Amino acid sequence: MTFINYASREINCKIVYYGPGLCGKTTNLQYIYDKSNAAARGKLISLATETDRTLFFDFLPLELGTVRGFKTRFHLYTVPGQVFYDASRKLILKGVDGVIFVADSQVERMDANVEAIENLKLNLKSQGYDLTTIPYVLQLNKRDLPNVASVEEMTQLLKQKNPPEPVVEAVAAKGTGVFETLKSVAKLVLADLTRQT
Amino acid sequence: MAAPDIVMYEEEFNQIKTVIAKLRTDANAKVVFLVDKNGQQIAAHGEIENLDTTSLASLTAGNVAATDGLARLIGEKEFSILFHEGEKDNIHISIVAQRVILVVIFDERSSLGLVRLRVKKASTELNDVFARIMAKVEREKSQAGTAFESPFAEITDEDIDSLFSE
Repeated sequence: MTFINYASREINCKIVYYGPGLCGKTTNLQYIYDKSNAAARGKLISLATETDRTLFFDFLPLELGTVRGFKTRFHLYTVPGQVFYDASRKLILKGVDGVIFVADSQVERMDANVEAIENLKLNLKSQGYDLTTIPYVLQLNKRDLPNVASVEEMTQLLKQKNPPEPVVEAVAAKGTGVFETLKSVAKLVLADLTRQT
Repeated sequence: MAAPDIVMYEEEFNQIKTVIAKLRTDANAKVVFLVDKNGQQIAAHGEIENLDTTSLASLTAGNVAATDGLARLIGEKEFSILFHEGEKDNIHISIVAQRVILVVIFDERSSLGLVRLRVKKASTELNDVFARIMAKVEREKSQAGTAFESPFAEITDEDIDSLFSE
């Protein structure tokens, strides 16, 4: 649910990073926060446990500049990845404009990826959205680790759309692919806006 | 789309600003602001210079969403009022027109009773404004057939690329 303010000429969009526990959602946000211009970004809010596991959500507002005279602002959220926080995950998807699924490339995390994507589909549905129509990007994270599944395998296993969603390879801890992922989802969200409004 | 988009026009935006400015004075509050349920700030009034209103908006929405979840768990439709009491400052949160959140921050210069009373009155006025906004959005939509005129209809790939050029 994009919020368009004609009075202050602003447009706000909500992007949610989804994925299994420890896949690097918060790391994505942290990198964006570290690398973006201090004037363009707001405070990074992290509602985390003492061991840095996300408890409710992380939040980063990001101003991207002006499109056709409208100030464009993206609100980036992550969900808690751990399975038992499902009630919180559902809440964060409320009013979402675009979803990034961060998949953990390690072979032993494939089941967790599949489980999380099924959970995403279900929770989107409960908020009245459909993964096959909402702006959506798949990020394959942790490509630098030794025990990763191949891109083809993962795409085959996790792809949701036809024509296929954009797939971005990433190493979020080093920043590889982080902005590319954000950019591709932002494009889809804005394109969606031109169609819907 | 799960719910229709909020589109804010100049006229209603000014009406909203007037209502919350009046509420701030009437309730003797420090800050009054309005957030939509997804965490987007709509308007703010008062001592907001040193306040991170964007974060406040997102956390408020998170708070309300979590409380809604709690309400449903125990069989309530919603908790329409939340109140957080601090040593100096207090936060009064209420739901208006089912979709926006009205937040009042106040200190010892005011009282919970006064805030509740004034919020009630302001809520009625805000309800009317939001009803007008929704009617307007509907009207514009039907006038233009399926798609109403949007400034984003002509966004090009270059426009989007330029957002990321740094």
